[in-house]
Amino acid sequence: MARVRRWVWLVSLIPLAWLAWGAWQGGLGANPVERVIRFCGDWALWGLLLTLTVTPLRRIPGWSGLIRYRRMLGLSAFFYAVLHVTGYVVLDHFFAWQTILKDILKRPYITIGLTAFLLLVPLAITSTRGWIRRLGSAWQKLHRLIYPASVLVVIHYFMMVKADYRAPLVHAGILGVLLGWRVGWWLWHRQPVG
Amino acid sequence: MPFRWNPELQSQDITPESWFRERRRLLQGAAVVGAGVLLGVEPFGEVTAKSEPLSDVRPGVVTLDEAQTPFKDATGYCNFYELGSGKEDPSRHGGKLVTDPWSVLIDGEVARPGSVSLEELLKPHPLEERVYRMRCVEAWSMVIPWVGFPLGDLLKRFEPTPKARYVAFETLHDPKQLPGQSRNVLQWPYREGLRLDEAMHPLTILAVGMYGQRLPNQNGAPLRLVVPWKYGFKGIKSIVRITLTEQQPVTSWNLQAPEEYGFFANVNPEVPHPRWEQSSERRLGEFRRRETLPFNGYAAQVASLYAGMDLARYF
Repeated sequence: MARVRRWVWLVSLIPLAWLAWGAWQGGLGANPVERVIRFCGDWALWGLLLTLTVTPLRRIPGWSGLIRYRRMLGLSAFFYAVLHVTGYVVLDHFFAWQTILKDILKRPYITIGLTAFLLLVPLAITSTRGWIRRLGSAWQKLHRLIYPASVLVVIHYFMMVKADYRAPLVHAGILGVLLGWRVGWWLWHRQPVG
Repeated sequence: MPFRWNPELQSQDITPESWFRERRRLLQGAAVVGAGVLLGVEPFGEVTAKSEPLSDVRPGVVTLDEAQTPFKDATGYCNFYELGSGKEDPSRHGGKLVTDPWSVLIDGEVARPGSVSLEELLKPHPLEERVYRMRCVEAWSMVIPWVGFPLGDLLKRFEPTPKARYVAFETLHDPKQLPGQSRNVLQWPYREGLRLDEAMHPLTILAVGMYGQRLPNQNGAPLRLVVPWKYGFKGIKSIVRITLTEQQPVTSWNLQAPEEYGFFANVNPEVPHPRWEQSSERRLGEFRRRETLPFNGYAAQVASLYAGMDLARYF
């Protein structure tokens, strides 16, 4: 299993490798800074959606083993979120902290994006075996923060778009199905799905 | 076709032989490029604008001591929602737009309204090369060598009436040629407008080319507006109608989000935008942001147009 997990980790690095290759080849288009930031943001969101897909899928008989990869997927999502935020701080504003602070306070979509990121930080920190053991049942509760974080990420996406809402709508739809499934499960079984 | 202000043909109306030959050569060139595309020899599937050089352009009428944006970037990174909302969509989907024949309707508060063919429209105007900064409201910028002529010279030909106070522009509305119009991302057709004094300002041009060549479709062929001290979205593309009006006309992005996009849309580092940091910008090709200049660096020429106006209110 550890071997399969390693594969999941390697596969999750493919987008980054693709990006690095593009940068090396000068193939990131006319506005590489924007491309890098958007690309990492996209993969962070897709990582979150994949992570949220594990629980519904593992209810399929014989698929319960998927749970082993959930933590890896969540960490990959966080990894791309870190790159996304780093891209914004370093590539877009080059550590102009004053501008960044103003941006966070004045632009709601930045405020919301940052909030989503901050919600993910404790989840990444407590993803080790030691923390899982120490937190016990509180760990599960804490990690439900992925729900509000994902909702905020999609709102962040919506607010960033100027006029063509197709892409954020598709993502909102997928997230809606994933969260809706959980609500349905809870209503049916009257117990949280974890 | 009503082409009213000069019904008699004169010697200057005859196409010079050199132009005629040039046109034939262009067509042959286009045929070769077209055949290449059909045969799939386009390298790496990269979408490039086909090159159609313009002749008789007065060079350097307005110059700028700043590096020009590479042609590939200025033609490959575009906002033209009629051809898709992604930056690279317009260069991919521009192929269906037919720009020849093309005509423009000039109406409203003018003594000589009418629909004119593009050739007739361009005929009296010597083409000039003007290198301008282009500042997008999305906080990126380019430096583009346009080929065009002052809009004011065109408007004068149609004799605006004393009632005319604004100029309204419309882009072609045809979802078959502009597939982005099949969805209501914006309320089509795209509309823009200027105050008459802004339209008559010598820096305001109608462009038919860039980098010495005919405008590629993704950049608003065959005729577009360029107002260098305003945000890029004011530069309406593929114009089919110019109307002089008494009232301030409706403009597309203002209609979409009035709190974000004003009618004037002058480049102004002092007026914050809910999405983008406007005090600085990224010049494409540069890593560090650079300071955004009031009126995009054209304050000396245009600030007087707005004397006494509260530019934070009329943004």
